[in-house]
Amino acid sequence: MKKLINDPADVVADALRGMAAAHPELRVDHADRVVYRGDAPVAGKVGLVSGGGSGHEPLHAGFVGPGMLDAACAGEVFTSPVPDQILAATRNVDGGAGVLHIVKNYTGDVLNFEMAAEFAAAEGITVQSVLVNDDVAVQDSTYTAGRRGVGATLLVEKIAGAAADRGQSLDRVAALARRVNAEARSMGMALTSCTVPAVGHPTFELSETEMEVGIGIHGEPGRRRIPVRPAREVAELLVEPILSDRDFTGVVIAFVNGMGGTPLIELYLMYGEVVALLDKAGITVARSLVGSYVTSLDMAGCSVTLLNADDDLIELWDHPVHTPALRKGC
Amino acid sequence: MADVDTGLFVSWIREFARLIGENAGYLTDLDAAVGDADHGVNMDRGMKAVVAKIDEGPDLGGVCKQVATALIGSVGGAAGPLYGTLFLRMAPVLGSVPSTDATTFAAALRAGVDGVVARGHAEPGDKTMVDALAPAVETLDAALAAGATLPDALRRAADAAAAGRDATTPLVARKGRASYLGERSAGHLDPGAASSAMLIAAAATAAGG
Repeated sequence: MKKLINDPADVVADALRGMAAAHPELRVDHADRVVYRGDAPVAGKVGLVSGGGSGHEPLHAGFVGPGMLDAACAGEVFTSPVPDQILAATRNVDGGAGVLHIVKNYTGDVLNFEMAAEFAAAEGITVQSVLVNDDVAVQDSTYTAGRRGVGATLLVEKIAGAAADRGQSLDRVAALARRVNAEARSMGMALTSCTVPAVGHPTFELSETEMEVGIGIHGEPGRRRIPVRPAREVAELLVEPILSDRDFTGVVIAFVNGMGGTPLIELYLMYGEVVALLDKAGITVARSLVGSYVTSLDMAGCSVTLLNADDDLIELWDHPVHTPALRKGC
Repeated sequence: MADVDTGLFVSWIREFARLIGENAGYLTDLDAAVGDADHGVNMDRGMKAVVAKIDEGPDLGGVCKQVATALIGSVGGAAGPLYGTLFLRMAPVLGSVPSTDATTFAAALRAGVDGVVARGHAEPGDKTMVDALAPAVETLDAALAAGATLPDALRRAADAAAAGRDATTPLVARKGRASYLGERSAGHLDPGAASSAMLIAAAATAAGG
């Protein structure tokens, strides 16, 4: 394993120290491993808390700041945070208008956020939760833990963050977050696995001639392994299942996401292929995002996320945001 | 008759921590095949936190809560809330007493396993912890009802848990992260069932079974 780390056991703590040093506008609680916007809690504003395993950077701490999250809880690499962390974050961002938990649909995240929400409710804090489950690679939700939360997590955090910033109520922000999730679909693929620092070797092996289709964001194997194909055909493998899962007929926000180990030149190349396919399907892209935002450590590969967008969602997408990883309009 | 006191309970937990520590790499390798390669690392971190915090204390329920709090606060993932809930649900059945009989201990373990089922929504056959834990509590109850001593009954329960664990190999996962693999999850032992079988084996060892 070749990584820029000290002790594998200290990766998360060391990274949070660096993040605190790089972003004095944030407040980092190193004991609880929670990253807060510097002025939290914001009186009268719905507090947005997310979090999850580390290794998906910039998700989630990179999206803490005005217009997006109020706090992000960092778990160990690929391991959800524990209820104590989430409870502390919930308490510290409650500005009197309630708190929204944005939870990716993985068993561990769901259980830990659920326990934290129970503890918070017992303290008199109003909490609502929204589950993100946009991954069409998980086909039979009845016989699985359900679809995973992947690329749409960023879209939910951005758009719910904008609504909260505009002073909307907890009920409205939560309903909007659920709507964004319901209108979004994602599909991902990998050219390589990734190496969890505490493990020291790749989670699975892919030869030079193979790729894995239908992956999540934890280095877990996907649904099937096939020979590597040109980007044009890979784009079809990602876009086709999304379009056949849901009716995308009009205008979308399109997001091509890197898994952490793929250069931007390839992501833009893939975006070009994706847009060509959307054109052919009569779908107009209103807004786009290209880059590595919801990652899986050093995995090479990408995912495509499409969000059915109306004027309201686009306006909230355009709302100013000021975070380490996403910044616009300010 | 006092079959289980706080000393025995703490020995159980220490033995479980020892087994987890010894097999952390093995559990993580199992998880790499079907999940995200962290089960052994997480459980080892959690059980080390438990061992650092646990003391024989005055009563069984109190010791249970110590274990639960340490697990929930340090493991993360699905295993933290699930194992934490197991011990949390055992506490009220054991109660604030320094020792209890075998039947009450078995009832407490059953309440704990019911808690795991309720929290994780998994049924037997879903390729999870429940596949080791459910046959263990069934066997424990049946053995005690048939007049077995607690050490003997726990040994049989541990055998049942191991058989349940091994039976997860051909199953297609329906819960947890392995379920994303679909048919490809078949052919791999479930890491949660493996650590759960260790929990019951540790109880048998601690009881001298």
